[in-house]
Parts: sequence; structure tokens; C-alpha cells
Amino acid sequence: MSVAISPGTIDVRRVREDFPILDRSVRGGGRLVYLDSAATTQKPLAVLDAERDYYLTSNAAVHRGAHQLAEEATEAFEGARARIADFVGARADDVVFTRNATESLNLMAYAFSNATAKAAHGAPLPPGAERFILREGDEILVTEMEHHANLVPWQEVCSKTGAILRWIPLTPDGRLDLSSLSDLVTDRTRVVSFTQQSNLLGTINPVAPLAQAARAVGALVVLDACQSIPHMPTDVTALGVDAVAWSGHKMLGPTGIGCLWATPETLASMPPFITGGSMIETVTMEASTFAEPPKRFEAGVPMVAQAVGLAAACDYLDALGMGNVAGHEASLTAYALEGIADVPGVTIVGPADLVDRGSAISFTVDGVHPHDVGQVLDSSGIAVRVGHHCAWPGCRAMGVPATTRMSPYIYNDTDDIDDFIQALGRVRQVFGEA
Amino acid sequence: MEDLYQEIILDHYRNPQGRGLREPFQAQVHHVNPTCGDEIDLRVHLEDDNGVMRVADVSYEGQGCSISQASASVMYDSLAGRTLDEALEALGRFQEMVQSKGEIAGDEDTMGDAVAFAGVAKYPARVKCALLPWLAWKDAAMQSMDDVQSMDDVPSMAGVRVEGESNG
Repeated sequence: MSVAISPGTIDVRRVREDFPILDRSVRGGGRLVYLDSAATTQKPLAVLDAERDYYLTSNAAVHRGAHQLAEEATEAFEGARARIADFVGARADDVVFTRNATESLNLMAYAFSNATAKAAHGAPLPPGAERFILREGDEILVTEMEHHANLVPWQEVCSKTGAILRWIPLTPDGRLDLSSLSDLVTDRTRVVSFTQQSNLLGTINPVAPLAQAARAVGALVVLDACQSIPHMPTDVTALGVDAVAWSGHKMLGPTGIGCLWATPETLASMPPFITGGSMIETVTMEASTFAEPPKRFEAGVPMVAQAVGLAAACDYLDALGMGNVAGHEASLTAYALEGIADVPGVTIVGPADLVDRGSAISFTVDGVHPHDVGQVLDSSGIAVRVGHHCAWPGCRAMGVPATTRMSPYIYNDTDDIDDFIQALGRVRQVFGEA
Repeated sequence: MEDLYQEIILDHYRNPQGRGLREPFQAQVHHVNPTCGDEIDLRVHLEDDNGVMRVADVSYEGQGCSISQASASVMYDSLAGRTLDEALEALGRFQEMVQSKGEIAGDEDTMGDAVAFAGVAKYPARVKCALLPWLAWKDAAMQSMDDVQSMDDVPSMAGVRVEGESNG
């Protein structure tokens, strides 16, 4: 391997001390090499401690109760919201907590199907909700590389409203084919929803031109930022989009919490999604009115400890510096791409160069199914993901049934990549293909 | 890993038995393993052999990992030509073994090459791969029964259920 490695501005050895799980052994004593962070990241002690401290000192149901613990819990929860919002350059009131990014995207999709259903029989809607009312023949535009979480909810909206789903196809190297964009974004387009960074291919998409094209026809722009916010500095208000969805567990935070940021006008004009306690203004036996955002979209007792944990994850990442995180990943990606290119019979699925690509690298091995590739790597302690990565249409578009994917993060170094490359070199021998 | 990728399994993967979709058949099914994208198209042809229902042919095409593809080949060897009762018993033994978390080693005398899949039981993520062709066969066999029954009025197969596959 001949790539010149920049020393990097993340001290991986120091970082690894914060992730005790990385010291465990796997499969009969082997060293764990965790390269599956695009699926979920490991959690630093600071996140675990924050959750535990919350439960040890302040646990109570938030936004209700007249006691000191309830006050402290509410403060912890709303303080976490402010911290997480700050991490992405947003106002606290514009960030809604959800269960995960899938729910965030469903929240946007359901705004359309719920507004359309309510409008059909004149039920009350928030001011400005017209933009969420779909008519037969209206169009929703996604891309062929979307995670199922940003595809299936829109298919469901179409089946409920008569809207038509369209999609931007892929080029052979796994980028968006924008050559027909002017045919795809028309005055019938009501929503354009796409991923900032593909979980399958690693491709980083051009947000600005897509968002501008969408907004020029009055379409609402939704961005799936699950694979980008954990990996690069982000100011959601500078993206030129209306809504951004991401998850906590892919950025060192706990499972069970996701976020949706949207512009205040967007949130204010959306009807509720999940309904019940906490999200109401007044309730009678006949009908209810609803709270202002973000509470309108947070029914029930929320995930307070997870919010506190995610805020601690933001602190942790900011202490490293998101620019440094991006730089560290870029050098690991360059090193890995170079190493993979030297292994006979291995083909990258997605961009093979560093231009507009993130650190998730999918590949196939000639003559060996991705699931078997993953199993052989696992026998060397190397944890990768296999399958269609919840992006089945994207796999089909790339002409593969599935891939094996390695995805490094802040706690990986070139030793990890070396171990991965070495194990990858053994895969074809196991199956008698080399 | 050697538990999993036994030489018998790799042999079946490289030289699959009974592969290819053939005529005649009563039922064809398409089963997938949604977590990893393994797919199989499978046909079953049952024949009434003097009052005994026999699996005259099982034919299949598929794509997937070595475990699912080798399992299809072993399934063909284990089930084709058997009586339906024998085939269902073989399925039961195979399913019990691979779902046993390693508790049941399997009996080579009754199971043949299928015992090589005992190691799969220790890898929970691969159990579905191994079961995919067998459960596809069960589904197709039950559908074939319905078809044969409506033609020939053979004894009822009530009580034999196709267990629901998980769509993870």
C-alpha cells in the first residue's frame, strides 16, 4: 500500500480507552476489529455515564409532576435538546425527538398522508398545511440509493393518496444520475427526499443543486442525514432543505433516540403523527387541539436518558472536532480503498475514488457470496455488515444481490484496516476461488 | 469457522445437486431471506405411488450464500424420491438440528450429508440461510398436496403446517 498517511488529528489510542468494548475478544480469543459503525457505533464511557448519572440523580417523568426531580428531569431533557440542536446549528424548538431516524422520516411522510386524509373531509389542519395535501398525480421524488427508511414510507404515502413515486437513477459507479433531473423535478413534484450520504455506497450526494431544483418548483425537501451528521460538520440551516432526519446511535449515542429538524414554518404546518399524552393543547371527549412543535410530535413520556446520552455524545464529538473526525475518516478511507484495490478478485460497489465519498465501503468478492465473506472476516474478529443494507433497490441498480460493507469511525486506525485487508485476502482461499 | 464451512458443504456449494427448474410440477414457490437477500425458486412434483405420496422431483434455482445454496443441494439429495412422510421427517430432523443452538449433533446414518449443517446451529444468523430451501420445499409440498388432493382426493394432510418464516 502506497498511500501517504497523514498523521491524523485524532489520537485513536486515547479514544479507544473510552470504548472498553473494543478491548473484548471475539470468536475464541481473537482481537475485535469493529468496522460496522455505519450500522451502529460503539458508545464512549461519557455517554454511558451521562445516562447512568441521569437515572441515579434526577430520574422522573418530564413535563409533568410538581416535584424537584421532575423539574430536574425536564431541565436535563430540554437541556439535551438544546445541546443536540446546537451540534447541528439549529434552534432547540426546531428539533423533534423520535425513536430513530426511521420514525423521523415517517413523521414527515405521515404529515402528508394525514393532512391529505383530514383535508378530504374538512377536518381542522394547522395553518399552512396545504403544502402537505396531496392530490392524485402529484409526485414524490426519491433516489434509487435510498435506505428503505426513506423509500417505504413514501411508497405508503403514494398508496394512500394516489401520488406517484419517481426516483433519480444511479450511474454505474454509484452516484446519482442527474442528467434527467429537469424531467424528474416538475411542477407536479411535491416532495424531494434523499440521502446526504449513502449507507450502501458511501456516495456523498450534492445537496445544494437538488434542494435548489426542488424548491424552485415549490417542493418540500427532506434530507436523510443518518450517514452524514456523524461524520462531518453540519449546519442544518445552511443546507437549503426543509427537514433533516438522523439517528443518535450512529453518532456514539444510545439506541432509541432519533431526531428530526425542520424549519419552524414546516413544523408549524404539520398535523400530528403519533398522538396521545403530552402532545395536546386541550382535550374534550369530542376532539382535541395540539401543542406547538416540537411537543406536538412527542406523544407520551419521552426518551429522557437517551436524550441526555446523545447530548453527551455531541460533547464527545465536539471535543474531538467534527472537522478532525471527517479528516480522520478521509485518511482511513483512502488507506482502505488503496488496500482493497490490491486484493485480487475484490470489486468496490460505489465510488472507487475519494471524490464525494464517505467511509462506508461496500464491495464484492468474485465467486464468494457477501454473507460468506462476512463470516470469514468474522472468524478473524473483523465485524462488518453483509446483505443489502436496507437498500435493496440500490443493490439491484448496482447489479449485485448484496455486498459486504466495512465502515470505520473515530476509534479505528490503520492497524484495523491492515487486519481487515489481510483477512480479506484469505476469503477466496477458503472457498477455493484463488 | 471450520465448523461452519465443512468440506461437504463447500462440495455441495461448488457442485450443486438437482439444480435447475424442471417439468412437471404442481407448485412453485419463491422464498427470500430478506436480511441478506438469498432467494430460491423451487418446484415440487408429487406422485401418488400406489396410495403412497412420493416426492417425485424437487427442482430449484437460487442465489445466495454458500450455506443456503449448499443446503438446497443437500435438500434435493435428502428429499427427492422419498415418500412424503419420509421427506417431512427428514425436514423435521434438519430443522430440529439447525435450530438446536448446537445441542443436537444430528445422526449421519439417517441424515446423510445434511449432518454437515450441525455447525450452522452455532451461528444464529446463518440458521435462516440453511433453512431457506427446506422451508421453501415444505411450502411447495403443501401447495402440491392441495393440488393433488383436489385431483385425486388423497388422504387429508390436516395438521401439517408451514411454519411462518420470519421477515426480518
